[in-house]
Amino acid sequence: MSLLNVSDLHASVVTDEGAQPILKGLTLEVKPGEVHAIMGPNGSGKSTLANVLSGRPGYTVDAGSATLDGQGLLELEPFERAQLGLFLAFQYPVEIPGVSNMEFLKASIDSLARARGNEQPNTATFMKQVRELAGSLDLDPAFLKRGVNEGFSGGEKKRNEIMQLLLLQPKLALLDETDSGLDIDALKVVAEGVNRYRRADNGVVLITHYQRLLDYIVPDFVHVLSNGKIIESGDKSLALELEAKGYAWLT
Amino acid sequence: MSNSSVDDLVEAGSEYHAGFVTDVESETLPPGLDESVVRYISAQKKEPQWLTEWRLKAFAQWQEMREPKWAHVHYPPINFQDISYYSAPKSQTDGPRSLDEVDPELLRTYEKLGIPLHEQAALAGVVPDPAAIGTPAGANVAVDVVFDSVSIATTFKETLAEAGVIFCPISEAVHSHPELVQKYLGSVIPQRDNYYAALNSAVFSDGSFVYIPKGVRCPMELSTYFRINERNTGQFERTLIIADEGSHVSYLEGCTAPMRDENQLHAAVVELVALGDAQIKYSTVQNWYPGDENGKGGIYNFVTKRGLCAGPRAKISWTQVETGSAITWKYPSVVLRGDESVGEFYSVALTNNRQQADTGTKMIHMGKNTKSTIVSKGISAGGSENCYRGLVRISPTAHNARNFTQCDSLLIGDQCGAHTFPYIENKNNSATIEHEASTSKVSDDQLFACQQRGIETEQAVSMIVNGFCKEVFRELPMEFAVEAGKLLEVSLEGAVG
Repeated sequence: MSLLNVSDLHASVVTDEGAQPILKGLTLEVKPGEVHAIMGPNGSGKSTLANVLSGRPGYTVDAGSATLDGQGLLELEPFERAQLGLFLAFQYPVEIPGVSNMEFLKASIDSLARARGNEQPNTATFMKQVRELAGSLDLDPAFLKRGVNEGFSGGEKKRNEIMQLLLLQPKLALLDETDSGLDIDALKVVAEGVNRYRRADNGVVLITHYQRLLDYIVPDFVHVLSNGKIIESGDKSLALELEAKGYAWLT
Repeated sequence: MSNSSVDDLVEAGSEYHAGFVTDVESETLPPGLDESVVRYISAQKKEPQWLTEWRLKAFAQWQEMREPKWAHVHYPPINFQDISYYSAPKSQTDGPRSLDEVDPELLRTYEKLGIPLHEQAALAGVVPDPAAIGTPAGANVAVDVVFDSVSIATTFKETLAEAGVIFCPISEAVHSHPELVQKYLGSVIPQRDNYYAALNSAVFSDGSFVYIPKGVRCPMELSTYFRINERNTGQFERTLIIADEGSHVSYLEGCTAPMRDENQLHAAVVELVALGDAQIKYSTVQNWYPGDENGKGGIYNFVTKRGLCAGPRAKISWTQVETGSAITWKYPSVVLRGDESVGEFYSVALTNNRQQADTGTKMIHMGKNTKSTIVSKGISAGGSENCYRGLVRISPTAHNARNFTQCDSLLIGDQCGAHTFPYIENKNNSATIEHEASTSKVSDDQLFACQQRGIETEQAVSMIVNGFCKEVFRELPMEFAVEAGKLLEVSLEGAVG
């Protein structure tokens, strides 16, 4: 059984000049335990895929379907998709002034527990767990008291996303260009975090523009997205080929 | 795809939990205002001659004044002859008695609102229900309760008396402590200060009186709870707080009113006097009925609040959370006369639907080395208008005065407005004045970031708004801060349908 099943997905971005089709029949299947990398030139629809699957406002679905664990995603509110186990690591994590990281994480984990009929974690245990996680990702525990992403550096923001991934343990993680803007040390920390998350029963969709992240997170499949469709799929060697030849030979 | 973007959320009306009417027999004056009404009110309270004359003088001044038009609010002209200026529950016409004798119907009203009128209950701690939001509940708070035009009960009088603290209805203080009332009434806000203050001075009904003796730290929080019940009545309460040298007091004020289709007028005056080294902390959670989602009904809240730091090192701090009222016109101010005195103003003003608020503060620096801090957080949702208006004045005598002002506005949706009108008048070149301002939106991105972590829409908005207000909530007494957070949530219910 597949974990994520995207079938013939057509979607548009809503602009002032009207709806503009971006995804034009995208099909993708992710089974438990797999890591899929989605690569492609700018404007090919990589981020749109992540946004449409997670339900960000500003997009319309024109045709096709997407399921997580057999449940339809596209009709659900964004928070319901998250409660089902879909996680998006943001390309540009947003600041929420005055809401401390710890408070935000507790609200998140409590909401997920409530929705799934689980008991909400004990606050003291939870805080200890979060502090340990932060430390393991080279994040100063003091940052947990600061507002969400408030005054964080680019690297701290991305590591914060990975910390949330490890804490919330979703079924499927969508990583939207998590590697962008990171120096090599930060990239290694992020990659190590993703590798820690990987298990036989969860999945990763890694959206990236560059091959270098794949040196640290080894994908099972590499797909090339162009003009809203997957035009080529292969294993890790495809990424190296792209690195050497660019995208032009495919399109 | 079913998405909830911020725009979709700004719809429908919020729920007002304190909107019920109490069925008590009342003695209410017929609508209208002339000298005989002023005399009637004074006679009802068996006031001494000087006070009757004081009222009549205010009335004469009021008649020559014009309503202020400079505020950024719009409403049809008020006919001051359509308002009744006095209403008292019939059973209370003989004035406040002991708690046991209060009309059970009134006690039930306050029970419903979650106000602890039984000292027992207050000591045990009262669990607030939704109607009680915006009201002081919990342990160790002495409460004075004003229902329409009269004070109906004051709790913990004996405990306070042991510490020498006077806390009673002002109508009672006129008789029991005439020298203090006569000395300080109108000393901070003169009768002719402004149109509504003049009106209040003529017809004020009741309110609280507090005196903290020299060097005394008030043993508990003091609180007044105001409730408008009767139809077509105005509420004109008057509060006077005097902190003698070196004393401390923290005072809380809460307000609610029934839901009615017509607008009702609330024109209160609050005067604070802090003598040398004294500190007064005055917190308000204002939850008057704001009107329905189309702007029908609601309270016109035209209030004058001012504190005087009369002696050296005195400190006055205003903290307000304003979520109610159809129109708010209110500028709690501090006159910093004593050297090294300190004035603070922390405000959260939230408007939703058709509400309009024009609120802010005035910091008048006169003494040397005086210091003031202003932190204002305005939140606008629905089709509301929210305006900060503040004055910082440094007089020629105020050497080395300092002011810091921070003024932030948060918009929810795109149908509302936020405005900032800061006035700075500096007549002393040794002053340091800082002003910071920002306007932001609860963005779709912030909302989505929360939702993507499984947090439901309403909780996400309330979390973002609470985060925005954090600096002000920190200033509120503990039990009030929790209430204030809940109150914001309730007031935003409409905005996050």
